[in-house]
Amino acid sequence: MDIIPTIKQACKKYGNDRGRLIDILWEVQNSLGCINEEAMGLIASEIKSHRVEIEGLVSFYSFFSDRQKGKIIIRLCDDIIDRHAGIERIADIFSEELGIGIGETSPDLNFSLEYTPCIGMSDQAPAALINNVVVTNLTPDSARETARQLKKTLDPSKLVTKCGDGNNAHKLVNAMVQNNIRQKGEVLLADGIPAEAGLDNALKKASLDVIQAITDSGLRGRGGAGFPTGEKLRLAQKTEATQRFIICNADEGEPGTFKDRVLLTERASLVFEGMTIAAYAIGSNSGILYLRAEYAYLRPFLESVLENRRKTGLLGKDVRGKKGFDFDIRIQLGAGAYICGEESALISSCEGLRGEPKNRPPFPVEKGYLSKPTAVNNVETFCCIARILDKGASWFAGIGTKASHGTKLLSVCGDCAKPGIYEVPYGIGIDELLKMVEADDPAIVQVGGASGEMVGRTSFGRKICFSDAATGGAVMVFSSHRNVLAIVDYFLEFFADESCGYCTPCRIGIVFLRERIQKVMHGFAEDADLGYLKDLCKTIMMTSRCGLGSSAPKSILNSIERFPLVYSSHLKESKDGFQASFNIQKALDESRRLAKRTSMIYDPVYEDEAD
Amino acid sequence: MDKIIIRIDGAEIKGKPGQTIMQAADDAGIHIPRLCDVEGLEPQGSCRVCTVKVNGRTAASCTQPVADGMEVENDTLEIRNYRRDLVRMLFHEGNHLCPCCEASGRCELQNLAYQLGILQPDKYPYLQPVRPVDASHPDVMLDTNRCIRCGRCIRASIQLDHKNVFGYIGRGINKQVGVNGKNLAQTNVDIHDKAVALGTCPVGCIIQKRAGFFDPIGKRRFDLHPAGTKVEDS
Ligand SMILES: Cc1cc2nc3c(=O)[nH]c(=O)nc-3n(C[C@H](O)[C@H](O)[C@H](O)COP(=O)(O)O)c2cc1C
Ligand code: SF4
Ligand code: SF4
Ligand code: FES
Repeated sequence: MDIIPTIKQACKKYGNDRGRLIDILWEVQNSLGCINEEAMGLIASEIKSHRVEIEGLVSFYSFFSDRQKGKIIIRLCDDIIDRHAGIERIADIFSEELGIGIGETSPDLNFSLEYTPCIGMSDQAPAALINNVVVTNLTPDSARETARQLKKTLDPSKLVTKCGDGNNAHKLVNAMVQNNIRQKGEVLLADGIPAEAGLDNALKKASLDVIQAITDSGLRGRGGAGFPTGEKLRLAQKTEATQRFIICNADEGEPGTFKDRVLLTERASLVFEGMTIAAYAIGSNSGILYLRAEYAYLRPFLESVLENRRKTGLLGKDVRGKKGFDFDIRIQLGAGAYICGEESALISSCEGLRGEPKNRPPFPVEKGYLSKPTAVNNVETFCCIARILDKGASWFAGIGTKASHGTKLLSVCGDCAKPGIYEVPYGIGIDELLKMVEADDPAIVQVGGASGEMVGRTSFGRKICFSDAATGGAVMVFSSHRNVLAIVDYFLEFFADESCGYCTPCRIGIVFLRERIQKVMHGFAEDADLGYLKDLCKTIMMTSRCGLGSSAPKSILNSIERFPLVYSSHLKESKDGFQASFNIQKALDESRRLAKRTSMIYDPVYEDEAD
Repeated sequence: MDKIIIRIDGAEIKGKPGQTIMQAADDAGIHIPRLCDVEGLEPQGSCRVCTVKVNGRTAASCTQPVADGMEVENDTLEIRNYRRDLVRMLFHEGNHLCPCCEASGRCELQNLAYQLGILQPDKYPYLQPVRPVDASHPDVMLDTNRCIRCGRCIRASIQLDHKNVFGYIGRGINKQVGVNGKNLAQTNVDIHDKAVALGTCPVGCIIQKRAGFFDPIGKRRFDLHPAGTKVEDS
């Protein structure tokens, strides 16, 4: 097959701009099924790049592949919640039905089967992505049925027979996903939020007054780090530049987080309204919504919302009739990399680079996308901005606690009867939340996802807010029959897979952490191994270049401190002075095999004596 | 704003606007260990062995700009311990059989280990990668089994040679140095490129063919100036 025209067309669609490489690679992969060596070379020459650069990208993003994959790619969500919900059994069934193992592609090139980290559906686990189609609440029976149907129709879209609630049933979404909104609060999920009220108020003010209102409201970033939003906008606004950018971070990759999914589904217009207000505030004419590839099913719908806004003068030239304020938004699809949620890595990705964080300083507000001042904020933060401009800073500041203003959208999953979305004022106790979600035997609450904090029973009185138990949204509930070490091991596996590999401690150290945790799990560790772990955790946290490395060891330190009995019950005492991990029988196995006889010393019964 | 005075382990030194802590320290004759940073290339900030504490918080000194009044901790037990761990990690990640390596004696990783008092890296498990050696090119050989991902070859090729012979591929523990083609022979690498010049690769990955083991033991680079007695001279 001559692939040259396909490649030329894909590159041309994006103006042969190497800054749009992620889009170009998606285009090529969607037509050819992969980006092989030949394609890499051709793309490189088309956009004046280098083959090794293209290979660098293809090998970085887990949704890109240099090898031919099946027409239908089944990505099973391998997150700890899905594991607990039985994803391994589901994997076996797909394997059986399709005749391929995990990581394999069927010889007829119809199917590929893989695991992928959290796809943002932990409230309806086990779940899978089949091309762009989300399948939720899988059971052994439904998995078998799904596989058989796919074999028959080769069309994943036919799998959706019943849509979820709200906009999940919109013809452009058409997904079986459920919103699972369990509690609405007054800021984000209230009914009857007036459209464009915030934007209209903002445009009546001077841009600096808009920033002042946001500062006065006390709004802090909802994506996890909690940076004061008004301050961020002020910094971006005051940096001299010919152009500034607004980026909405919809990468939502933290395991157990799915609240942005619901905002994008039910509050898409509010998100764009907030972005528009922020753009007006800092003087930006261009915005990007960075959408994780797992949420590609929302893209046609989001594009239509944008298109509507363009048609009604809410985007484009002289937004809402405001002379001289031009603003538009494009959607940048990700390609499977948790690190791209980190704001500077996200910017790298938008620039068509490997999703590696940038050296800071300079910070994005000074030198961000295309080296211009850029304000990156979370989806929920932009919704809050729109609401603050509508209802006023003091209204917002009056909700929550003294230092944590407003409401927080929590995505709760795991061992509880009512997983889903809860909009609660800051300051809610973990115990109170556990009652709401009907968790009857909670033993561990993981606040903030894999990079968050492990909270044990004795601390359920703690409050969810910036100064206590902080979270970007994820709350995972684990009951007393769950294995703490298996949870920790999962988190480490996740971080090892998702580390960008740029810096030494994160790239290598996490692999060593996991090795040692497994040693503990298998009962070969001794007391000294805990010292080793703590020591290594510290080095990684202190020397890593970004938040991934510095938070990856948290679950080890938390669990050693808060669940000491779990560790001590796994530790082996070594009275004989041998290392506990040394197993003489195992060590002898190889010599037995090679010598084709048993050991004179360690095997007490000799074959000739046995009869 | 023009006057920048910082203190490194208590010693007051001057910095210039736009300088990094590393550059200011070099000017003042204070040694901060480094692997990925090298004179003449843009700093990358990836090996982290140049980590210092700035006003109580850790930062990579090769990328952190100086600011007036900074209190920098460099040669403290805590920092030395971090550096030891990082250097060990790099040894354990690759295959570093120093006695049979062509770069022994001029290897910056080996030198740094000695400098930090590591004689035998045995703290961590050995990952023992198996990576094919690329001997396709008539003049240059690439053995990434010893690669510490410092990116010096990559940056030298881009920034000094204005080529793109090398580039990073993969991510996480699988992040590696790749070449712009099926193998080195298919790239436009030239023996005179800075990217493959002696001293660009801090370890022994990039080997010039027919030129090995040229300095006898006792006369190798770090035999002459061992263990950080002198600010980097490469
Ligand atoms: C490894 C890593 C992953 C992150 N992932 C996300 C994410 O998925 N969504 C998000 O909004 N912020 C994420 N962040 C935080 C962003 O870097 C950034 O702080 C945030 O987008 C700023 O927006 P906010 O101030 O509105 O929270 C992540 C940070 C790190 C270190
Ligand atoms: S800490 Fe990890 S994710 Fe962050 S830059 Fe270093 S290797 Fe990459
Ligand atoms: S080959 Fe050498 S110079 Fe290049 S990244 Fe590896 S260690 Fe650094
Ligand atoms: S020398 Fe600074 S990080 Fe490598």
